[in-house]
Amino acid sequence: MKNYITIFVILFFVWFLLNNTLQVEVLIVGLIVSALVTTLVGVMLCVKCNVFSDLKYTPKAILNTFIFLAVFFIELVKSNIDVARRVLAPTRPINPGIVEVKTKLKSKFARMLLANSITLTPGTLTIETRGDSFFIHWIDVKDINVEKASNELIRKFEKYLEEIYD
Amino acid sequence: MELFGALITLLGSIILLIAAIGLVRMPDVYNRLQVGTKASTMGTLLSLLGIAIIHPTWAGKLIILILFVLFTNPVSSHVLARASHYINIRISKRTVVDKLKVTDRAFKVGEVKK
Repeated sequence: MKNYITIFVILFFVWFLLNNTLQVEVLIVGLIVSALVTTLVGVMLCVKCNVFSDLKYTPKAILNTFIFLAVFFIELVKSNIDVARRVLAPTRPINPGIVEVKTKLKSKFARMLLANSITLTPGTLTIETRGDSFFIHWIDVKDINVEKASNELIRKFEKYLEEIYD
Repeated sequence: MELFGALITLLGSIILLIAAIGLVRMPDVYNRLQVGTKASTMGTLLSLLGIAIIHPTWAGKLIILILFVLFTNPVSSHVLARASHYINIRISKRTVVDKLKVTDRAFKVGEVKK
């Protein structure tokens, strides 16, 4: 059920953005089409899909989603400036390496989001996931210890994702 | 308003230029992926944001484009990096540590049996 509600909300959001209007008729058509597509997907295409089923809809989780997005964009800007400095400096101050970090997240969707956030932040790139471990290419290795690298790289995203999922 | 949007688009293109310089300056494929694909995220994002400020009626479609870039960009760079590591593309001499090589058994999957 949660799955269908999430698909419906996403479809309606896309419809709203594409039309970019607040006219009631357009929104009603959007509601009907989104409901129709959700039902068709649910009945015909994937009966057992449970991609979104470990999402939580408590107020705390929704608040944490916004905090996560804010933290993510701040990190994006910060590390972009950092990488730009590394590219332009005459001595190329890079110190690359592949480190291993351990995640505490259980849900697959949350792990996907975590790996994508790591990759989107410049300076870190997820190469492989195996069990609880992520192997991350880091442009400036500060610590090769698993615990300390995890604290440095993923804890800032993980603590919010933990509240939203699991 | 139009000037502000144009300035943001300019900032985005400067970031894209830095990414292009980085592609030439970095020593190996992983660092190139880091600089190239990642700076392009911010560059594309800022360019589209600038256009959205100049033409507010296009804002919705541009937001969809930004979301699309945000969801697909990490997947492609992850897959490229993973594939290059699996076929043993040479890693730069400046690399400090490579933990994946030590614990990796999956390299054998790709070997051709004779």
